[in-house]
Amino acid sequence: MYVAVKGGEVAIDNAHRLLADRRRGDRSVPALTLDQITEQLSIGVDRVMSEGSLYDRRLAALAIKQARGDLIEAIFLVRAYRTTLPRFGHSEPVDTGAMLVERRVSACYKDLPGGQLLGPTFDYTHRLLDEELEGDPQIETGAQRTDAQEPVMRVADILDQEGLIEDDGFIDPALEPGDINQTPTEFPMSRAMRLQSLSRGDEGFLLALGYSTQRGYARSHPFVGEVRIGEVDVEVFMPELGFAVPVGRVQVTECQMVNQFKGSAKAPPQFTRGYGLVFGQSERKAMAMSLCDRALRAEELGEDLVAAPQDQEFVLSHCDNVQATGFVEHLKLPHYVDFQAELGLVRTMRAEYEQRTGEAVLETREAAE
Amino acid sequence: MNITADQTARRDRMAVLARCSSQRLSALWAVLGLRQAHTPLRGPEAGLVMLRGRIGGTGEPFNVGEATVTRASVKLEDGSVGHAMMLGRDHAKARLSAVIDALCRNPETAARIDAELIQPIRRELDVADETRRQQTAATRVDFFTMVRGED
Repeated sequence: MYVAVKGGEVAIDNAHRLLADRRRGDRSVPALTLDQITEQLSIGVDRVMSEGSLYDRRLAALAIKQARGDLIEAIFLVRAYRTTLPRFGHSEPVDTGAMLVERRVSACYKDLPGGQLLGPTFDYTHRLLDEELEGDPQIETGAQRTDAQEPVMRVADILDQEGLIEDDGFIDPALEPGDINQTPTEFPMSRAMRLQSLSRGDEGFLLALGYSTQRGYARSHPFVGEVRIGEVDVEVFMPELGFAVPVGRVQVTECQMVNQFKGSAKAPPQFTRGYGLVFGQSERKAMAMSLCDRALRAEELGEDLVAAPQDQEFVLSHCDNVQATGFVEHLKLPHYVDFQAELGLVRTMRAEYEQRTGEAVLETREAAE
Repeated sequence: MNITADQTARRDRMAVLARCSSQRLSALWAVLGLRQAHTPLRGPEAGLVMLRGRIGGTGEPFNVGEATVTRASVKLEDGSVGHAMMLGRDHAKARLSAVIDALCRNPETAARIDAELIQPIRRELDVADETRRQQTAATRVDFFTMVRGED
């Protein structure tokens, strides 16, 4: 039974007013601009785009500002916003091989065509706080090098020359990938839909699951075949023109994880692959995604299902932080009636228990006498 | 899909219009002085496209996530129709790009627009790309081997 309870309106209005006040903080400090957020907190913006599943830097920056830097709240805002826009269609699949690369590293090959390109990385920094950044120091632009430019070859293609790595398989041109936004969740889920779900999944959750695979839960012997970050062209087919129109570029991070595989009844010994592709510069997430993708292929590759990261339903039902936060956080909303019912139940059980133990004590006494 | 030379030119122009900044486009457009009366056929309107990738980079397509786009279609007084679609939510830029696309249905105007608007912007975009490539190249690791012990 639901009982409507009224009376919170003024409190709610004032709470929101107080939220706006606290969000703005000390008025003598200049307000943040969206340009400052997109330019200087860009990796936070990328996370909101990736997990909000909407590529729009400015909207993500606005969401971060509105959410006071709470990224999961910002992701929630972005997800809510995207439901207000009509879907015009889909892009042609982006070609990550033709990426304008800003970073590409491989842990498998030292010398590979295109080289190890470190790009703007936190790797090799000493993780010491830089007190200069308390101010606004002059920062020089990146160094430039004009020689040594060659196409950045995919690592998968190098391994493929020996036939020791699984290829991407035959592609049926008529095949339309499923869309988790438009299809009710059903397991088992196709790999295409699993990847869509993982790509917008919570970075922390996927990181922890990926980490668990390294520590022995669904052991997968991973090597980073390559991680690449950069911009790819997006093209959308316009029926009125009869060809695909370039609509701009997006930045993505791609991870090819290569896994040693001893073979099974279904496949020979070879390297198998896990794949990660996420919006923005988000290496940790792309790597975690590729570990999870590989673990979720256990059944397809004939491996024993022994750990949580191999369990589609476990991983995919819990990786979405908007769903997760909704269900966890709803617990703080009024459950007065539910609780009253439980209170009545526990009181009855306690009375019955006391009556039983009372009788038992009496019986023991009587027996002793 | 085979497309004609005319379609290639149109496509290349659209690629430049989609990527250039709104301010730069309006500045060059103002100099051109080609302002035209036009009627909107559709939009400008913002919406979503689902961005697709390929499993493993070259395999089966999958949906990665959506992006905001804005599209516009216009008709000029001479009946020429132009279209535009670009990432983001800049209505004015989408409308102007559709007008430019419509004007380019006339080969003479197209030549002028290409020379005075598209090519300068394309050069700037190419320079920006080249700078990025060179900055990335400067972070390339040049391995060298340390000789150890005596020959």
